[in-house]
Amino acid sequence: MTLIYPVASNSVHPARLSPAYRSAFKRAPQKPLIPMRHTLSELTGPVYGHETVREHDNDLTIQAKGEPLGERIIVHGHVLDEDGRGVPNTLVELWQANACGRYIHVVDQHPAPLDPNFTGAGRTQSDAEGYYKFITIKPGAYPWGNHHNAWRPAHIHFSVFGHSFVSRLVTQMYFPGDPLFPFDPIFNSVTDAKARARMISSFDLDNTKPEWALCYRFDIVLRGRNATPMETK
Amino acid sequence: MSNPRPDGITPSQTVGPYFKYGLTPNGEYEWNDAFTNNLLTPDVSGERIRVEGKVYDGDGAVIPDCMLEIWQADSQGRFSDPQDKRALPNSSFKGFGRCGTDKSGGYAFDTIKPGVVPDADGKPQKPHIALAVFARGMLLHLYTRIYFDDEAGNAADSVLALVPADRRATLIAKRKAAAGGVYTFDVHLQGDNETVFFDV
Repeated sequence: MTLIYPVASNSVHPARLSPAYRSAFKRAPQKPLIPMRHTLSELTGPVYGHETVREHDNDLTIQAKGEPLGERIIVHGHVLDEDGRGVPNTLVELWQANACGRYIHVVDQHPAPLDPNFTGAGRTQSDAEGYYKFITIKPGAYPWGNHHNAWRPAHIHFSVFGHSFVSRLVTQMYFPGDPLFPFDPIFNSVTDAKARARMISSFDLDNTKPEWALCYRFDIVLRGRNATPMETK
Repeated sequence: MSNPRPDGITPSQTVGPYFKYGLTPNGEYEWNDAFTNNLLTPDVSGERIRVEGKVYDGDGAVIPDCMLEIWQADSQGRFSDPQDKRALPNSSFKGFGRCGTDKSGGYAFDTIKPGVVPDADGKPQKPHIALAVFARGMLLHLYTRIYFDDEAGNAADSVLALVPADRRATLIAKRKAAAGGVYTFDVHLQGDNETVFFDV
């Protein structure tokens, strides 16, 4: 028995060329992609991570000598497949701008301050039920030059693996109620409103830590695992 | 933990230009690498090879902010994944690598030549490496394969056979005659030499 990854699931993803996103013009393939049946090369995938994940890698507020500036937040949720089953022991990596909207990256020239106590990188491994948790700083919006007065809504980048190489997902978590949503070509590259909503975290009052941090829930739903098992040779 | 069935999967978004700190620090930032471009382990068996090349955009310009990931079988065609029931715990070889392109768009992976993996019908596939391409400007990563020009009978491979004959060369790494074990494989996201990408 193995798992089936329906190609139809991919329809929620953005088109390769989303006209408002200018960086895509020279980087999107122009020839049609070739459909193929999945083989073991696609149906297997790296599910490890425990060797490289250190105990505190999921707390971005304690990586430096001092505390980072900005609004401390908890981000947690489950990595699930599309049947609602938790994806256990999968590596979850994240990276983000600091509270001022600045990345610690030589190419980021946005004139907002760097925070010497905030690197913006973290990783963890989901537990047996697919649950993950990070403590971090709420990132700021930043300008990016795609068009006049272009600002990215606040977001956190996530990278997850799942059960196979075809369930590999890199996405972005957004924050509820961001006024920049209607103007962002990357967020709006996902044309279905319900699918766009799945990239927005929900404010989680129940898991807010009093006197310490607000909490956001972000479930990451990966493709895969049709209910019908498939026999393989 | 029971969860309600979700109403769909989470859509993909671009890796952006600033992934390096989180994903490919490679000594440039103070963050330990989860993965590197060197897959070799002391006990791995098989022919040691290097696959190197550059990534180009539709203008033929090199792409310095690209991330490549490879996934492959060991020299006997087995994957380091519990789902592959044929796998034997005889090696610490993982088969997964990650590399960011440098200022000249270049990348390299040090690994071993993969073995033969069955196709969807159980027939042998020619040795290949799965390759995923991520970059700013790409809203969803691209999937392709690296085959090897010194393997006989590539055209009979069931996946390669899906590719029009005049485009197959974009999937085949060329062995450098002068340097044993080094293959060249360039990725063209667009243009006359556009690499074949698969819809998986």
